[in-house]
Amino acid sequence: MGENIRFHFDVDGDDFSSAGAASVEVKKQLRKLGFSPDVIRRVAIAMYEGEINMVIHADGGTVDVEVGDEDITMILSDRGPGIADVEKAMQEGFSTARDNIRSLGFGAGMGLPNMKKYTDDMKIETALGLGTTVIMKVNV
Amino acid sequence: MVTLDKLAHEMGLTHVCGDTDREICGCYAGDLLSWVMSHAEYGHVWITIMSNINVIAVAGLTEVACVVLAEGVQLDPDAREAAEKQNVCVFTSPLSTYELCTLAGKYINE
Repeated sequence: MGENIRFHFDVDGDDFSSAGAASVEVKKQLRKLGFSPDVIRRVAIAMYEGEINMVIHADGGTVDVEVGDEDITMILSDRGPGIADVEKAMQEGFSTARDNIRSLGFGAGMGLPNMKKYTDDMKIETALGLGTTVIMKVNV
Repeated sequence: MVTLDKLAHEMGLTHVCGDTDREICGCYAGDLLSWVMSHAEYGHVWITIMSNINVIAVAGLTEVACVVLAEGVQLDPDAREAAEKQNVCVFTSPLSTYELCTLAGKYINE
């Protein structure tokens, strides 16, 4: 592959109906580029969880995807409240989502753990009151 | 492996939308979407009582063969629109999740 391919998406806050649009689009593009179903599934699920997190907690944000020769990098940035205790947030079952979010099927406390599970590398940079950036890589 | 067409017929499912020309290799039941994303696999029948638009996104991302809405739950109109657009196969059934699982198990393992 020559130059890396890049995608950029804006994720609306509080809009669950369009959440996932970026993941579905990336999935479509990766399929066109001929990546294996396993890589596509891992990227799409990790990104969807990230999108949902931004909708639930941060009033939206941005997603940047870069497709390289060795890996696919996803950078999800928001200007939300930040994560007070990252270690706790990474525990399965821990969630600060409101009850109305749970009624939609989210808020199980599996978002960040799933993102870690489906990627080969994940870094969280967060500052209270300023926002959060999650950088994930899936090896291809 | 059983085809989705045959399985749907045997289980008495009502077809809502999407292609039924798929092979089925398993079944997953659950309503919490992150759990589903973590455990449901390609070619599974996914049984749930959730019927909102996010269900369609999760079905598309996990590439399950179909979504079966249990307990007579009907698909939300915007979810149906999304399912048709993304060609996600959806069925409904008056049966409970337990009853659907036991039925699915019977035919999938045949």
